[in-house]
Amino acid sequence: MTGSAQPRRVVALGMPRHATGPLAAPITAPEPFADAAARKLKDTQLRANLGHATRTIRDKRAAVVAEVDDWEALRDRAAAVKDDVIARLPELLARFASAATAAGATVHHAADAQQANDIVLGLVQAEQADRVVKVKSMTTQEIGLNEVLEAAGIAAIETDLAELIVQLAHDKPSHILVPAIHYNRSQIRDLFALRMPGFAADSDDPAQLAGAARRYLREQFLSAQVGVCGANFAVAETGSLVIVESEGNGRMCLTLPRTLIAVVGIEKLVPHMADLGDFLRLLPRSSTGERMNPYTSIFTGVTPGDGPQQLHIVLLDNGRGAVAADPVGKQALRCIRCSACLNVCPVYERVGGHAYGSVYPGPIGAILSPQLTGQQAGHNRSLPYASTLCGACYDVCPVKINIPEILVHLRQTGPKPLAERQLMSALSWVMRDRRRWKAALRAARAGSAPLRLMTRRRGHTLRRAPWPLSAWTAHRDAPLPAQESFRDWWRRTHE
Amino acid sequence: MTGGGAPMSELLHRFAERAGDYRADVRLCSQAELPGVLSGLLGKEVVLPQGVPPEWVAGLATIVDDGLSPADLDRPQLSVLTGCAVAIAQTGTLVLDGGPGQGRRLLTLVPDHHVCVVFAHQIVADVPDMFTALPDPTRPLTMISGPSATSDIELNRVEGVHGPRRLDIVCVIDK
Ligand code: SF4
Repeated sequence: MTGSAQPRRVVALGMPRHATGPLAAPITAPEPFADAAARKLKDTQLRANLGHATRTIRDKRAAVVAEVDDWEALRDRAAAVKDDVIARLPELLARFASAATAAGATVHHAADAQQANDIVLGLVQAEQADRVVKVKSMTTQEIGLNEVLEAAGIAAIETDLAELIVQLAHDKPSHILVPAIHYNRSQIRDLFALRMPGFAADSDDPAQLAGAARRYLREQFLSAQVGVCGANFAVAETGSLVIVESEGNGRMCLTLPRTLIAVVGIEKLVPHMADLGDFLRLLPRSSTGERMNPYTSIFTGVTPGDGPQQLHIVLLDNGRGAVAADPVGKQALRCIRCSACLNVCPVYERVGGHAYGSVYPGPIGAILSPQLTGQQAGHNRSLPYASTLCGACYDVCPVKINIPEILVHLRQTGPKPLAERQLMSALSWVMRDRRRWKAALRAARAGSAPLRLMTRRRGHTLRRAPWPLSAWTAHRDAPLPAQESFRDWWRRTHE
Repeated sequence: MTGGGAPMSELLHRFAERAGDYRADVRLCSQAELPGVLSGLLGKEVVLPQGVPPEWVAGLATIVDDGLSPADLDRPQLSVLTGCAVAIAQTGTLVLDGGPGQGRRLLTLVPDHHVCVVFAHQIVADVPDMFTALPDPTRPLTMISGPSATSDIELNRVEGVHGPRRLDIVCVIDK
């Protein structure tokens, strides 16, 4: 699409577009959240694994966050930096592109998943490679890159241990940070025995399993010609990319292949290198609950004699421009994908990541997927309801995204079923007038009187109401109307 | 095992403690004690980037990197010895920028054992200070905080998935 001689400056921000078409599938829920959640709730093994994992990470995070005196100031600063980026996206993208180009990288712009996949596929084919080694990347999952490469006969090898487990199982990740959170060790051993060439561990000790993955992947690293990565941050001023990781698989992919392709969401920008100081303090603490993750790589273009001698950077819009245009929803673009909001979410903890039907699960997924695709896509309009609005996600978010506010905003602006719209307009007519309201309350009390006796033992709540009210009681209990209104009580006792 | 009677600065102390938290092995010594400490840590085969002062490894058999292949570096007995550009006290982090005595990025990645020398004056307080202390942050930077690790299997920490499984840090107390 573009060459280093004349980097294209066109960024798909002029006409905000949602991510659409068949390639929006990885971020489109195929069924209503409530249905998927109801099924997942029955999986007791999943709930046990999730409960253990989220509790452990939550506690670790709390301990290392408490060490930082100026945590709140850090969050405010980081949020302000990201808001500035979102407000100046076209300008900063242009600056990033020219700095990266000057440092020896080739920059490409992709408006959607289809364009990004076409660019990457073309580059891999030009290298005549039959496989690529991959660093864990949410962005390449979002565009379904592995499937596209595989359809063209190119193996995309995930090298993060958890991603490898999920890939070998032909499964989907269930957590941003620990994608194989839903597998236990003996399941992993059986999987390796079945699908990992040369697997020879006879125990299910995690150290042995990790050792087997090390041996298998090392061969891949030493022979791969092309590496594919995302980025945690992209520095506009210098054209640098930042990759934060634990295992060293990222460093392998970033240094050994001769060609490296980075697929980077346009919201990953920060203006200056110095801005990273705050973000690198926030991210590991929020994510794994460590003061610092084992490895962080920061690289700028191509360095002669060190690492890949060809670097391609694909800057991806895929609906982000549309999100940036929404005055409330744009906060979601601040997200640094730390997954802290997943670990504190009472809904996520019980249903797990798959129920959200998107590669972005949990509270961030509930606000990001419907915004990237538009709420009409699949069942994404059900995702803003995957929350109790308790606000725990907002409290832990290192970039202070007001997730409950966006959830409510999406509920208000999203498409609603006809019955709900009619009910709401009827209610509004009744509630606008005191006499109408009083009459309605009286009718409700009279109508529900026979039920009071039946529901006596359950605190006068109804488990199942007849249609059409059954839509409401399918997932919640309904209290019966009080026997006396507040006004009646006041008149009886005070007048 | 402090040497030279020099008072341990607060930054050095914190760096040593934090790097130790990540299960890196941390030693403190004086400039004069350095060669002795290093020869005790390094194995039989030692790879060096260009620019490591010869007096650090006097009497040891070493190979200086002149374009070694990844396969050359992928041998079980191999140790790599480097310096660093900056170290961060608050997080126990080493920062390498490919400058003299640090070499190409794969040198500290493929071998199974990395020994890194840190001088007390190279230690800064926290992550933001790193960006001001580095001579040129657009060089390829690698921040290392303990040995490679994963917690992907039932959240059990396993060390050394892909990077060096052993990380020894030698802190030299400046005169
Ligand atoms: S929304 Fe906030 S807490 Fe959730 S993943 Fe993004 S940055 Fe982390």
